[in-house]
Amino acid sequence: MHQLTITEQIKKLKDKTFSSVELTQHYLARIKKYDSELNSFISVTEDAALEQAQSADQALAAGDETPLLGIPIAHKDIFCTDGTPTTCGSKMLENFVPPYDATVVENYRRAGAVMLGKTNMDEFAMGSSNETSFFGPVRNPWAKDCVPGGSSGGSAAAVAALLTPAATATDTGGSIRQPAALCGVTGIKPTYGRVSRWGMIAFASSLDQGGIIARTAEDAALMLNTMASVDPKDSTNIPKDVPDYSASLNNRVNGMRIGVPKEYFSDGLHPGTASAVQEAIGTYEKLGAKISEISLPNTSLAVPAYYVIAPAECSANLSRFDGVRYGHRCENPKNLEDLYKRSRGEGFGEEVKRRILVGTYALSAGYYDAYYHKAQQVRRLIKNDFDAAFEGVDIVLGPTAPSPAFAFGAKGADPVAMYLEDIFTIAANLAGLPGMSIPCGLVDDKPVGLQLIGKHFDEARILNAAHCFQRETDFHSLTPKDIN
Amino acid sequence: MEPSDIQNIAHLARIDINASVAEETATSINDVLKLVDQLKSVDTEGVTPMAHPLDAIQRLRADEVSEHDVRDKFLGIAPETEDGLYLVPKVID
Amino acid sequence: MEWETVIGLEIHVQLATNSKIFSGSSTAFGAAPNTQASAIDLAMPGTLPVVNAQAYKFATMFGLAIDAEINKHSVFERKNYFYPDLPKGYQTTQLEKPIVVGGHVDIRVGEEEKRIRVHHAHLEEDAGKSLHEDYHGMSGIDLNRAGTPLIEVVTEPDMRSGEEAVAFARKLHSVVTSLGICDGEMSQGSMRFDVNISIRPKGEQKLGTRTETKNLNSFRFMERCIEQEIERQIDLLESGGSVVQETRLYDGDTHSARSMRSKEEANDYRYFPCPDLLPVVIDEAYISDIRQQLPELPSARQTRFETDYKLSSYDAELLSTDLNTANFFEAATEQCGDPKLTANWIMGEVSARLNANDTHIGDAPISAADLAQLIARIKDGTISNKIAKTVFDALWNKEGDVDRIIEAKGLKQVSDSGTLEKIVDEVIANNAQQVENYRNAPAEKRPKMLGFFVGQSMKLSKGQANPQQLNKILQEKLEK
Repeated sequence: MHQLTITEQIKKLKDKTFSSVELTQHYLARIKKYDSELNSFISVTEDAALEQAQSADQALAAGDETPLLGIPIAHKDIFCTDGTPTTCGSKMLENFVPPYDATVVENYRRAGAVMLGKTNMDEFAMGSSNETSFFGPVRNPWAKDCVPGGSSGGSAAAVAALLTPAATATDTGGSIRQPAALCGVTGIKPTYGRVSRWGMIAFASSLDQGGIIARTAEDAALMLNTMASVDPKDSTNIPKDVPDYSASLNNRVNGMRIGVPKEYFSDGLHPGTASAVQEAIGTYEKLGAKISEISLPNTSLAVPAYYVIAPAECSANLSRFDGVRYGHRCENPKNLEDLYKRSRGEGFGEEVKRRILVGTYALSAGYYDAYYHKAQQVRRLIKNDFDAAFEGVDIVLGPTAPSPAFAFGAKGADPVAMYLEDIFTIAANLAGLPGMSIPCGLVDDKPVGLQLIGKHFDEARILNAAHCFQRETDFHSLTPKDIN
Repeated sequence: MEPSDIQNIAHLARIDINASVAEETATSINDVLKLVDQLKSVDTEGVTPMAHPLDAIQRLRADEVSEHDVRDKFLGIAPETEDGLYLVPKVID
Repeated sequence: MEWETVIGLEIHVQLATNSKIFSGSSTAFGAAPNTQASAIDLAMPGTLPVVNAQAYKFATMFGLAIDAEINKHSVFERKNYFYPDLPKGYQTTQLEKPIVVGGHVDIRVGEEEKRIRVHHAHLEEDAGKSLHEDYHGMSGIDLNRAGTPLIEVVTEPDMRSGEEAVAFARKLHSVVTSLGICDGEMSQGSMRFDVNISIRPKGEQKLGTRTETKNLNSFRFMERCIEQEIERQIDLLESGGSVVQETRLYDGDTHSARSMRSKEEANDYRYFPCPDLLPVVIDEAYISDIRQQLPELPSARQTRFETDYKLSSYDAELLSTDLNTANFFEAATEQCGDPKLTANWIMGEVSARLNANDTHIGDAPISAADLAQLIARIKDGTISNKIAKTVFDALWNKEGDVDRIIEAKGLKQVSDSGTLEKIVDEVIANNAQQVENYRNAPAEKRPKMLGFFVGQSMKLSKGQANPQQLNKILQEKLEK
């Protein structure tokens, strides 16, 4: 059952080959079998899942046409779930049970999906290896001594190990695409404003965007149809009709103009990754796409600009975690200041504290212009690069991550080494563009990801390009060797 | 950034930084600042700062009361409450 | 040395919207703690703000009313600081691009007109409240008020005395209540004043070190508080000391201000544009639409009172400044048809009674219809001016309507000549000596002496005698 795509599972549910309860039980059993080692889930909501599956079966019997009826999915533990703990990978929210649903969670609930549980993540989505989670790191199903990437490492690993057909995720600087690449699965970060941020715990508000990790572009398109919505509760959500992303998957790639930025093939790129990506470009050429080299001259500035903007926004976004209304509160505070400082000092991990401090510094008196204002200007230069490029091409293609999965602790002491993991993904967040990662090869038995970046609200086209690639190749159907 | 600067910033952010790790924290933050200092050499003369990725404008909401009293739900997840209030160590104005 | 006082005001005006600025919670005053605090107001994780259209409209109305420029592109920013009544750890406010820029409010102190310039007014959210009752050594936090829309009006340092500051405050109150954008309930904190005060030697251009006194919410005590602070600063300077820049908190219970401990450290608010909100962009059509719908402003109303009701400019100003008073006046006038008499009653008895009870006309036990009826009864001769005051007292005590009071208390004016003659006869009989004196006095002294007999007769009639008739009968009988 777990080898089937979601489209196939929907068919089988309808023709009663198996029930939603059976499908759900099947995945729950797989989670039990594999996840004690992988640690991709923070919580598994077995009872609620079976209940939802049962009512899905009743609805199926009644001929209900709800799109994802009875399909099990997992939510990244950054999306608030009414009555189910939502930790954001942090001690700060270890015991936090929100009394409300994120819009994304509500959308899936309404579409009939069954929630298996909540997936592990870097604390407050800050990290590229899942090592910052308070609930322990996630192992990469392809190489268990390696990281799954982050911050949506739990979602990527769970999908890669076939513990769920798909999982929600979020991407602030590459947090969907980079773990998708490292775990050999398909991930899409839509245009900023396409998916509601209501109930999605904020890291950096102007960069955060919810998206999907699934096995194929076809499944990702189907999932995005439900996830994307117009939400009046999110001021930054764009009130634009959601197209049917599944409808255009099979459009011909023949004649599509694909740009390959020369800056993405710099010295830092792993040679194995480089050649896998080159081969993928060859596949597109074979499909009739027009490949051209383009330049995104400000590429090297994306990481520095991001590490001003994201920490600045996070320093304010995380002020609400103060031990007063919810979340971790220190024991016996001496006074108000002690309550704040110890609750936050104890509740946040090192990386979160570091980013709050960097952001506080960048906004503080005397530094605002040199850091924050400057970074916002550079952000525009980066967006301008893409605007210019998209005058000549339809999509941009390149590597997702500079190398395949690395070992735990490999980028330990120096935070900057870890930050450079997102060197190819961050620009799409700064510019608000939709981006995908799809598997395009293996290096040393570890997956390599191919990144596709589209114009604003052009998700349909990158999904189309990804799907056509997946019709020609079988990287997306490979599974880790000790996962059956 | 010196360890003493770290303490000032940590105070603004209300985060307790143990003196024993202040130096280590300062070092790692300096590494990050070195990275972002690359921005300083960029010519951004006349470039309009970009706060949002899309040039969208704010939607306005009709002035209607749409929220209902769910105090008990929220107080139920709070660390310390009494008489419908959140409790904190004495506030001194 | 002669000193000059320099005063600037910052006024927080709560906007009279139904719901909060960024959430759909009610803004009604007086609800049980935290029952009007939604997930957004509590800054629950993942919650997001959406701007209330009415708050924007109200701010625009204010800007137009004070001849300010309306920013067509305004931006919300975050002002970062930790305080338990500020759930997000930042206040969403405006800094670089506020909605209202410039403008002015004209005041009058004595005979002098003065223009007070407004620097800008911005939209922001109110904070919650810390309750200092002792909860085992802890404070309680009520977040009902958190997120209530405010405009903060910031003036230029154009005022030179407490009197001017109060005149400005009253005029601003008049403007926002006339616009209907604020309920003006000072006691509920609907308008709160922060006063920046500094002293400099007369003729000096450089401003002295200023202090900020926060949280004044009564006109009555505002002037006193300002005078106290001026005196404190002058004393400091004259005794060779210096003024320390500080924030002082006004205490409504003790009617005095003290230095605020929590504001001792210099704040670094780290303002930056709020990434959860987009720029608010409005166009000329939006502005002109609101301009056309603007209700009458106090200055226009004053002019109209002068023309339509032939009131002096002094009376017209007194009656037009407060919207409730103006409405009361107009309603009463329309019913009784006598603007002058109505004006006198409102500025006299009514306002004296309001002051004595420390209340305002909206809460007065007497309605405009009551007053109009009272005036009508004076005009038709049913009661005298003097008796009217007795009826007014009864009205104030809620003893019924005008006619019922007159009836029940038997206060009807006596104009019947037979009855009046009997009274006069009795007075003459009882005061033989005075009658003698009167009759022996020269003609030019008599009118003054007549007063005694009028008084005695009035007393005997329990004040109900028609004074004109009484005079006439007395004169006739005494001249005999």
